[in-house]
Amino acid sequence: MNLTSVDWLLMAIYFAFVLGIGVVLKRHVKNSSDFFLAGRSLPAWICGLAFLSANLGAQEVIGMAASGAKYGIATSHFYWIGAIPAMVFVGVFMMPFYYGSRARSVPEYLRLRFDEKTRGVNAVSFAVMTVFSSGISMYAMAKLIQTMHILDGPFAKLGVSTAWTFHVSILVSALIVLGYILLGGLTSAIYNEVLQFFLIVAGFLPLVFLGLKNVGGWSGLKHQLPTAFTHSWQGMSNAHTNPMGVDAFALVMGLGFVLSFGYWCTDFLVIQRAMAADSMSAARRTPLIAALPKMVFPLLVILPGMIAIALPNSAATAINPSTGQMQVSNLGGKGLIPAKVDETTGAPILDSSGKPVLDYDLAIPNMLLHYFPTGILGLGLTALLASFMSGMAGNVTAFNTVWTYDIYQSYINPNANDAHYLWMGRVATVFGIALSVVAAYAASRFNNIMDFLQLVFAFVNAPLFATFLLGMFWKRTTGHGAFFGLLSGTAAAAIHQGLTLPQGAAVGIKGGWLGAVHTYPSEMAQNFWTAIWAWSACFVVTILISLCTRAREEKDLVGLVYSLTGRPSEEQVAWYMRPAVLGAIVIGIALLLNLIFW
Amino acid sequence: MGLDIRTPIGLMFSVFGVILTIYGFVSDRVIYGRSLGINVNLGWGLVLLAFGITMLLLGMRRGRLVKK
Repeated sequence: MNLTSVDWLLMAIYFAFVLGIGVVLKRHVKNSSDFFLAGRSLPAWICGLAFLSANLGAQEVIGMAASGAKYGIATSHFYWIGAIPAMVFVGVFMMPFYYGSRARSVPEYLRLRFDEKTRGVNAVSFAVMTVFSSGISMYAMAKLIQTMHILDGPFAKLGVSTAWTFHVSILVSALIVLGYILLGGLTSAIYNEVLQFFLIVAGFLPLVFLGLKNVGGWSGLKHQLPTAFTHSWQGMSNAHTNPMGVDAFALVMGLGFVLSFGYWCTDFLVIQRAMAADSMSAARRTPLIAALPKMVFPLLVILPGMIAIALPNSAATAINPSTGQMQVSNLGGKGLIPAKVDETTGAPILDSSGKPVLDYDLAIPNMLLHYFPTGILGLGLTALLASFMSGMAGNVTAFNTVWTYDIYQSYINPNANDAHYLWMGRVATVFGIALSVVAAYAASRFNNIMDFLQLVFAFVNAPLFATFLLGMFWKRTTGHGAFFGLLSGTAAAAIHQGLTLPQGAAVGIKGGWLGAVHTYPSEMAQNFWTAIWAWSACFVVTILISLCTRAREEKDLVGLVYSLTGRPSEEQVAWYMRPAVLGAIVIGIALLLNLIFW
Repeated sequence: MGLDIRTPIGLMFSVFGVILTIYGFVSDRVIYGRSLGINVNLGWGLVLLAFGITMLLLGMRRGRLVKK
């Protein structure tokens, strides 16, 4: 790829700003609360954009475009069904307990509401997960820099072998994220996430504009794609009649309820952004403000994927991942999406029915290269790198907080002074990033280990929302109930996965290791049902054990449970800023979007 | 917090806008073949510049309110 000095200039300016923000903020970090919670001093709109951006990692930008190319507009279910309702719920109903209890993290809320062991399980699994997620983000970024041959030009000038691309990418991204978090803590991470939000919009909006203009607008795109690609709900009544292979029930319950509420309502990575808000009212508005741009994000990330697959093959000047040369449509690809190529033979990889396997993850990179001339190409690439780094930084700030407050202060050294915990937070940032680098290299060596770990995380996460729902809205829930409910949920997820297989998959990591008794039409359907089973098991077991164990006294639960907590008053804010009103507006727009793209 | 986030955002996008706009004027028209003949550097550079200046003004206005 040929980047010119103007592209490099834009990229360099961005990195200078990222680190500069950290430098300016450094003098404001005086105690651990400044470092871990941004001093609880940020306005709602900043927290809201950071709430959105922290989740905008590699998975989002690259993955959603890939899914857009694979499934079409139905990918929007991950937004309008799989995010918006949960974001409204956490803002309107759950934030009063997170923010009101003055808990400094989600595991700490579990400690206040339930007991030490429930917090321990959540804190440890969450800490491990964040390190691996940030490592996977780092790995994906280095891999992409390698595939797009971004560093080839400067490396050639410096006489460095391109074999170093991967290592240099990992090292530089790790150092930059390390730098700005060490300097300014959570405030710095949040400020950079806001900057990254605007940058991603600035980089991708012109791409969508050019792409749509090229294919003749939405109607032109509709004309060139199968109808299932431009109607999000068509064929959803049966799993066999839509490209995703899921039915509406599994979609709404599995994705829309269990997985989405489990993520947006309990994951400290996003909740931490709301906890940094300057007031209860701002904390409650944080997810609602995030929901507004979240709803239109499909336009920015799904549409480019759809355009990439809709373009005629002859129009394609895409990168060939094996040589990195720009070339006219490589063998077996479709539109701008190339076929996956066997690294040793150079021949396209074929699936069991003899069709080439497409490398959907290259949808966004190829769109950037196809439409952007030098200049704005630098902007687009910077936006792409920004999205990776915000995903990494989000995980690292969540990790250092949970490590310091919920593991170090709780189990290792409970009686130190605040300055010591601030120091520990900085140390945790360094080793958190060091562990992410290790995870990134592990991901590059052992693909299977990563798949396995992600599977285990899915088992651990799926039941979480049942625990929080019961904990917040049923005062009778006990610590023993919550703890054993969580374990049963995780066990149920593993057993369900072990007993089922997606169509056409081999027994092993994809399931069936206990003997397959049921086959799902797709892996997605299997995942959704695993989540539904895990959640149900956790819900039922938590209730049963809670009823058999001694409840906590009501006076200890004030501020932690719905029925024992006064409603936060919203008198001082304008009516349109009240969470319930904002929430209703957000839900209304989401419904409208579903109807438009029905 | 001592730093209004709108200031760095405004500053960065203004700089981006100026660079892209200037580059849009001086660059060879041939490179715009792939962007359907549209000079995206010039057009989008001006949009980013306008956004950057708006952010800077908003940040400055708040700064003044705080001082009062």
